[in-house]
Amino acid sequence: MTSAPTIGVLALQGDVREHARSLASAGAKPVTVRRPAELEAVDALVIPGGESTTMGKLAEAFELLEPLRMRVKSGMPAYGSCAGMIMLADRIEGGIEGQQTLGGIDMVVRRNAFGRQVDSFEASMDFAGRGPLRAVFIRAPWVESVGTGVEVLGRAEPGDRIVAVRQGPLLATSFHPELTGDTRVHSYFVEMVREL
Amino acid sequence: MSNSTPEVTETTAVTGTARVKRGMAEMLKGGVIMDVVTPEQAKIAEDAGAVAVMALERVPADIRAEGGVSRMSDPDMIDGIIAAVSIPVMAKARIGHFAEAQVLQAIGVDYVDESEVLTPADEANHIDKWAFTVPFVCGATNLGEALRRIAEGAAMIRSKGEAGTGNVVEATRHMRQIRADIKRLSTLDEPELYGAAKELRAPYELVAEIAKTGKLPVVLFTAGGIATPADAAMMMQLGAEGVFVGSGIFKSGDPAKRAAAIVKATTFYDDPDVIAKVSRGLGEAMVGINVTTLPENERLATRGW
Repeated sequence: MTSAPTIGVLALQGDVREHARSLASAGAKPVTVRRPAELEAVDALVIPGGESTTMGKLAEAFELLEPLRMRVKSGMPAYGSCAGMIMLADRIEGGIEGQQTLGGIDMVVRRNAFGRQVDSFEASMDFAGRGPLRAVFIRAPWVESVGTGVEVLGRAEPGDRIVAVRQGPLLATSFHPELTGDTRVHSYFVEMVREL
Repeated sequence: MSNSTPEVTETTAVTGTARVKRGMAEMLKGGVIMDVVTPEQAKIAEDAGAVAVMALERVPADIRAEGGVSRMSDPDMIDGIIAAVSIPVMAKARIGHFAEAQVLQAIGVDYVDESEVLTPADEANHIDKWAFTVPFVCGATNLGEALRRIAEGAAMIRSKGEAGTGNVVEATRHMRQIRADIKRLSTLDEPELYGAAKELRAPYELVAEIAKTGKLPVVLFTAGGIATPADAAMMMQLGAEGVFVGSGIFKSGDPAKRAAAIVKATTFYDDPDVIAKVSRGLGEAMVGINVTTLPENERLATRGW
């Protein structure tokens, strides 16, 4: 793929605009996705930060859940930050009863693991060997454990927790690169989309 | 701004930065925050898809009906709600009552609403919100008021509307006013911006920033009188980035159904077919009050400045 890939941002709830802006800076063409037909038209998808329980319920109510699962299963590249990481986890801890996710990455993610908002923080960390970046964690999850096919791309200093992972075409971070104006994570994802 | 958080480059984790506080509000965008007075109501709100709940002792409609001094809720009650749900929990402090805000921060609420719905505790000063790790949301009726709150450290703004009335007319007025004020700034040249800052009674730096970006530097929600899915959709079309619903849900006939409908309407605010579908069969809306019949001293939006 040489031209700008069309990358959807799941726009049910959350910081959609910030992801769209970061994707555009990273050379992609961002579009919002709220309906199955819009999902069909994208090369890849970003699941933004927000409230994972709300996204799950809206995806279910508007018949987007199965189409999303199908596309993830069939190899569509996807990147999830924070709530998006929870959505891409095969297993979650601390979810609500019946919480709907998409799955795809062989990992256990603990919701709100770093604590409540008063514990939310920013810190510098290395991402995928691309040098230190400033990462913003908001009521953030962490990755408790990963399966053998999952590559760990970053750890946060408090507790040396896993906060960035990749498995094949799927990428997830506990933090919010879309809030800092640093486009390295989005550039990494756009490169993934171009390669796949 | 000199009192905002400086950039830090060391690896040590830092809490309570402007980015962390404002970022929390970014995560709530496109969502609905619901007033709840019991853990059971909080659970209903979470199950309906709320992005957060506002824990309080009485919803504004009851505060209005019962009168008396209205204060921060009992920490036991807030603890009960925090324990009942996994989504963020907000709580209200009186305008200027920094000690109530300190208590709310100590018990771990995720956002403090310095709210005109409670009885003001200080008639000259709002809370110095930079001094806190917990972020604050504040009400505003126009841009100048919004910018004064942001200058004091508010990390999120909401329209005041007229809480507890089930009448959206004041929220409409405030959303339109804020939008019009922002539009006007974008037409001014440099010297005129100094005049505008004076007129708005807001710091020049913030005024100049908004003239350039065309939007507030923090997330803008709507609040005060939203009672139906169409109310939420209208506010979103007027530029709100999300919705607070106070009395509108638990003072209605079928709270669970109405709550879920308002959540859906907020996401699909620009799709009338969806709004029509979710508006069907919701049962009784809250009765509501005609704001023009409210005596001046019973209007909550005039509290704060």
